Amino acid sequence: MALWTGFVFVLVVGLDLVVLASSRLRGAIRTVAFQGAVMSALPLLLASEHHQTVHVLALALGALVVKGVVIPGMMLWAMREAAIRRELEPIVGFVPSMVLGAVGVALAFTYSGSLPLPIHARHTLLVPSALSTVWTGLILVMTRRKAVAQVLGFLVVENGIFVFGLLLSDFMPFMVEAGVLLDLLAAIFVMGIVIFHINREFASLDTRRLTSLRD
Amino acid sequence: MRHLVALVAFLAFLLLSPLLLGVVNRVKAVFAGRTGAPLLQPYRDLRRLLGKQAVYSRTTTWVFRAGPVVGLAAVVAAGLLMSFGGAPALLPFPGDFILFAYLLGLGRFFTALAALDTGSSFEGMGAAREVTFASFAEPALFLCLVVLVRATGSMSLSGMLRAELPEIWHTQGPALLLAAVALLVVALAENARIPVDDPNTHLELTMIHEVMVLDHSGPDLAFIQYGASLKLFLFGALVVRLALGFPFSSTWWSLLAFLGGMALFAVVLGTIESTTARLRLIRVPQLLVAASIMGAFALVLILR
Amino acid sequence: MLLLLLAPLAFAALAFAIPSGRIRPRVLLVGAVLHAAGVAALWVLRPGPALGGWLALDAAGLLTLSTVSAVFLASGVYVQGYLATHPERDNRVFVGSLLVLLSAMTGVSLAQNLGLLWVIIEITTLATAPLIYFKHDALSLEATWKYLMVCSLGIALALLGTFFLALASAGPGGPRTLLLSDLVAAGGTLSRPWVRIAFAFLLAGYGTKMGLAPFHTWKPDAYGEAPGVLGALLAAGVTNVAFLALVRVTTVCQAAGEGAFARGGLLGIGLLSILVAAVFMVGQRDFKRLLAYSSVEHMGILALGVGLGGAAAAGAFFHMVNNGLTKGVLFFAAGNIHRAFGSKQVDQVRGAARRLPISGPLFLLGFLAITGSPPFSPFFSEFAILSGAFHVGRPVVASVFLVLLALIFVTMGSTVLHIVQGDPGADEEPRQFHDRVLTAGPPLVLMLVVLALGLWVPDALTALFEAAASAVRG
Repeated sequence: MALWTGFVFVLVVGLDLVVLASSRLRGAIRTVAFQGAVMSALPLLLASEHHQTVHVLALALGALVVKGVVIPGMMLWAMREAAIRRELEPIVGFVPSMVLGAVGVALAFTYSGSLPLPIHARHTLLVPSALSTVWTGLILVMTRRKAVAQVLGFLVVENGIFVFGLLLSDFMPFMVEAGVLLDLLAAIFVMGIVIFHINREFASLDTRRLTSLRD
Repeated sequence: MRHLVALVAFLAFLLLSPLLLGVVNRVKAVFAGRTGAPLLQPYRDLRRLLGKQAVYSRTTTWVFRAGPVVGLAAVVAAGLLMSFGGAPALLPFPGDFILFAYLLGLGRFFTALAALDTGSSFEGMGAAREVTFASFAEPALFLCLVVLVRATGSMSLSGMLRAELPEIWHTQGPALLLAAVALLVVALAENARIPVDDPNTHLELTMIHEVMVLDHSGPDLAFIQYGASLKLFLFGALVVRLALGFPFSSTWWSLLAFLGGMALFAVVLGTIESTTARLRLIRVPQLLVAASIMGAFALVLILR
Repeated sequence: MLLLLLAPLAFAALAFAIPSGRIRPRVLLVGAVLHAAGVAALWVLRPGPALGGWLALDAAGLLTLSTVSAVFLASGVYVQGYLATHPERDNRVFVGSLLVLLSAMTGVSLAQNLGLLWVIIEITTLATAPLIYFKHDALSLEATWKYLMVCSLGIALALLGTFFLALASAGPGGPRTLLLSDLVAAGGTLSRPWVRIAFAFLLAGYGTKMGLAPFHTWKPDAYGEAPGVLGALLAAGVTNVAFLALVRVTTVCQAAGEGAFARGGLLGIGLLSILVAAVFMVGQRDFKRLLAYSSVEHMGILALGVGLGGAAAAGAFFHMVNNGLTKGVLFFAAGNIHRAFGSKQVDQVRGAARRLPISGPLFLLGFLAITGSPPFSPFFSEFAILSGAFHVGRPVVASVFLVLLALIFVTMGSTVLHIVQGDPGADEEPRQFHDRVLTAGPPLVLMLVVLALGLWVPDALTALFEAAASAVRG
């Protein structure tokens, strides 16, 4: 079981790097959706006797539906409305952002062993893959130009936080995890509307246009 | 006994490589809805080419004639170092994986030299592209090999791919999987397969490997084609043993399973070639950097 | 207490349901009045915890809640006049979101569980986004987008920090909860490295919501493009509740023994914010953005106060109240001036005192108050922080603070005086906007309260400040 969980964590991090490398927005959205779907299997894999089956199943199912279906669906809808295809060259270039992401991943995996965890970690790869995913998401938000790609980066950050939150599902109330998913959904919904308006206003979703407000 | 197995494996390597190409082409034809050439067609091609007379341009020198010969010799020598299906190689020694990589590099070097020797800008362009992509593929290859070194604790290819490899998957599974995927990408790049290069194209804009060997004819071309199939077999052996190693107690059964795995590898290769499109040239370095990163990630996982 | 939380939500639902654009603002006003009445009742009654301890009223929460409610009440009145000047715009989302925002800010003030706190702060982000976009033009869209991106990122970091804190509480013998009282009681068992990391992330996350440098980049755009009402609510409400969240976190750090680390971080970031504000205020061409930087400055002062500890912490809480009220004055007056002159640029606005006999001078008075001139209350709160700095033995910090305050006074003053004084001159198209009761009344009332607080602080308030400060002191 631990081996399969290890495979899932490595797959999650691998998908991070794939998202960093993809230049096609549709492909990137589908990759993040796939990552979310893969992640939703984690609560089931990490569950132990302490957990209530209903809680674990509900969490896994909720994550699958929200991360894997609803949110990517909304983003693809936004893209269809805006009729955009490809991402422009990001601010730091694809290869440098891949290398940057890889460096972060390497650091996370190398040094997370030295962080003293107060509780017994469910799997040794959990903390580093969570941190790597958050790092990748931050890179995406900071280096991408299209509004949709930035939202995608935010989604990846939320994915990483979800993985980290699994560490706490032993004793943390149901509410926080559900709240995370719920708020994620609402935030994306609002962002989706704003993206729609951005496109209408500027006839493109290039955030380089959003630079008239400055000092 | 072990040496007998090794010898048989090496002979299989020498004899069955063109069949590998035949399987790949058959799979591609099936995907395209055609019947395709018979499986033994590459052998017939080789025989035909060997019977022809080579034509040499007046601008070429001995380098042009030496290119195919050295290329083939290098690949065969590399085959002496490779362990097939868990059987030990014919000439193993610690650190032979470095020699392995650089023998292949030697072959590529002489092919590129031969291409440059023709004095044509067309071949020169192909040589430049091929060498550039090879320089990106090399770190990926080495990273994966180092992962294997660390995982098995052995510095020899025979030690790395020995019978105990399947058991190591239980503890180091994710890292080995990453290394296997990265090796697959490197295999695609080194053997000039789609998505890196199209072996069937004749368009100047898109040729990489094919354009280097455009001027060779007759036995030289036969050597080159045979050498290419040997190289594909070598990389395939690496990937197959890593990914599909079966813990058989008898070495003969391991060898048989290995050959079956090679056939599967050929089918997978054909499928990849039929279902993906060729990458734009500027995306190929990105793909190879991604493979290097996967290898580095596998290394980090192993070193934890 | 629960009623106070839920009533505005009910009103919000009502607002969304009512089809008439004229009746809707009245719903807002009724909601604001009822909320203020409820808060006044809380002052008297002081009820105990609700929802199993997840909602409770403590000193800091009561202060925040009162500030929020007071400013919201003033805004409620102001909105009546504001929406009347824009009858063509659909105000359904506007009014509804305002009421949801009120409910969320109430929730933050009352929340005792850090996870719940996080959820509600996320809701404030979501509720304010459509409000910034009320004008539906390209610039406000850009402001809304930046606001959403930066604040959502901040919220995500804050969530990670909350998780780290939960992890810190999960050690052997630990409380394994995010309930504030339990965390404080079991402070010694919290894992200290994780508390540190948690604080760093939470400072980044909630600091973004507060608008501390270097996470303040959304503020000038959002405050600049949003209607004046929203500027007041953001500056007085949303940033204050984010400050409350930081205070709660600092309380936990203090209990865990990492108080010095937390305060050091707050001190540094506070000074940085004041410095950044001072630098960017120089030559500011847009007076609403000027007010945004002033908000950054004052959030920095709040962080500085809590970071210094001692008497300065009590001063910080006093300042929270003062800043909220004064910002209300400033933003309402700025909104009026904007409408009267049709522009936010300093070059195009002169002589506000002549054209708007109430809002113009109020803007000037508000500026004097916010930069710390006696006899207005911010002077006393800033003085408290300053003297607190000397008391805890940090004269360098105090001197830097003083220098920056003076700098801000000069830079802000030049802009404000330019706007207020002089002759408005002839207008190409005479604007119909004049000071009316509804738009000039609220800032006037708030200004009087600020003046009153400067002259006399009721003992009950002082007691609250002390109680709130004792939780974060070292």
